[in-house]
Amino acid sequence: MQVSMKLELRDSPGQLVAALMPISDMGGNIKTVIHEHEHASGQGDLSVEVVIEIPPELLDGLISRLRERGINVLKLGEERMSYSQSVILIGHLVHTDLGDTIDRIDQTGFAEVTYMSLAMPAINERTSAQFVIKSLTREHMQQALLILRQVARQKEFLLIEPLEF
Amino acid sequence: MVLRLALLGMGAVGRGIIQAALEKDLGLIITAVADSRSGCIDPNGLNLPELLDRKDKTGMCGDTGISAETIVKTAPYDILVEMTPTDARSGEPATSYIRDALQRGSHVVTSNKGPVALHYHELASLAKKNHLQFRFEATVAGAIPILQTLIHNLGGNEILSLYGVLNGTCNYILTRMAEEGLTYKQALDEARTLGYAEADPTYDVKGIDAAIKLVILANTVWKKNICLDDVDVTGIDLLTEEALRLAEQQDATIRLIGEIIPGDNIYRLCPRIIPKDHPLVVQGSLNAIIVRTDLAGDLLFVGKGAGSRETASAVIGDILSIRDIHAGGN
Repeated sequence: MQVSMKLELRDSPGQLVAALMPISDMGGNIKTVIHEHEHASGQGDLSVEVVIEIPPELLDGLISRLRERGINVLKLGEERMSYSQSVILIGHLVHTDLGDTIDRIDQTGFAEVTYMSLAMPAINERTSAQFVIKSLTREHMQQALLILRQVARQKEFLLIEPLEF
Repeated sequence: MVLRLALLGMGAVGRGIIQAALEKDLGLIITAVADSRSGCIDPNGLNLPELLDRKDKTGMCGDTGISAETIVKTAPYDILVEMTPTDARSGEPATSYIRDALQRGSHVVTSNKGPVALHYHELASLAKKNHLQFRFEATVAGAIPILQTLIHNLGGNEILSLYGVLNGTCNYILTRMAEEGLTYKQALDEARTLGYAEADPTYDVKGIDAAIKLVILANTVWKKNICLDDVDVTGIDLLTEEALRLAEQQDATIRLIGEIIPGDNIYRLCPRIIPKDHPLVVQGSLNAIIVRTDLAGDLLFVGKGAGSRETASAVIGDILSIRDIHAGGN
């Protein structure tokens, strides 16, 4: 998931690197670092905003490690699933465990189903459903669609993906 | 210079060629014609009105003793125009006809997808070895001159991707489902009534026809060596009218889109959700293709993908370009 953090560190050489090291050590991906010299809170302190991608289960550990190094985590931003795509699934969606189909996307941590619209014309007929999927990045969306393709093959759905051009 | 043509096949495309040769001064004579049951040969040029009349009245163009094979091997002609029905799995007997003509020293123009999809590299190198032309513009997107444009006119470009609506029958069905709220079956039946769909529509609606066109594009434009099984194919036969309504809710529709991204080895044909104002959303039985290139940017082609005169247009374009090359012109 994508997280934005505001970090407070001492404005001395090596401090920024010390703050960023644990992030990459834990497999996090640093998307951007924004210095805020002008908003320095007090003498010799420096406030930095970082946007990182990190598996959700590692976030608490990361915050502990930063605090161990004397870095203050001032603010933790919510994850931002900014990328959105809509797909249509056709098949026996309900009788093949709709919850499981959604979970396969949601459990990735990088993408989730945020909206669903179902059309069920009659009992025993195939259901058509529109899913809106949100993901952190375009690459994550590609991965989510790959997972959905596997599910579609396994549960014999017709998956209609959007054309991106 | 008058070019002598031998035509194999007297279906819609063959008739389109004969009609065009009658109506226009193209500098062509037809010295031999074969249909599935008969053939006729006249080294000085067949009488075309008589030929059409004979075919209409008897169902045959000539003498049952003259076969397509006889014509290919013995008739006098400069260009073999091969328009027999496509056999997507074997490519025969068309491939043998083409091979024989090239070995005899004749150019070949075909509208038949089978031989090009299955044996392009072999046939192209045989033509090259014998200093002959092997052309097949009509095999992809009917009247749209997509192959010559991509292979020759955009020669200096890297063609990064191609997206296309390559089957008019499917596009007609999807257009009618979206516009009139028809079920898949109703739209298919309507397409059949209007002659857009064959009695057995499997080849179109399961995506096989469009997938073969992707194979031809991949192998001829990008010089790949793929076959039908390398294309990830999903047809439109399982689509529901509810799916089209769901797409409509987001100002989109569903179209059967072929996709080639050669750098990623992506060869796909499947129904896609596409915004209604997207340039590939064309109406009825039209075809449309978008290519992304490094020098020329994005290019869009729209036109009729099938039909007697439209397909004949592509075949005649190939014939005349062969004449121009060999007359030393341009």
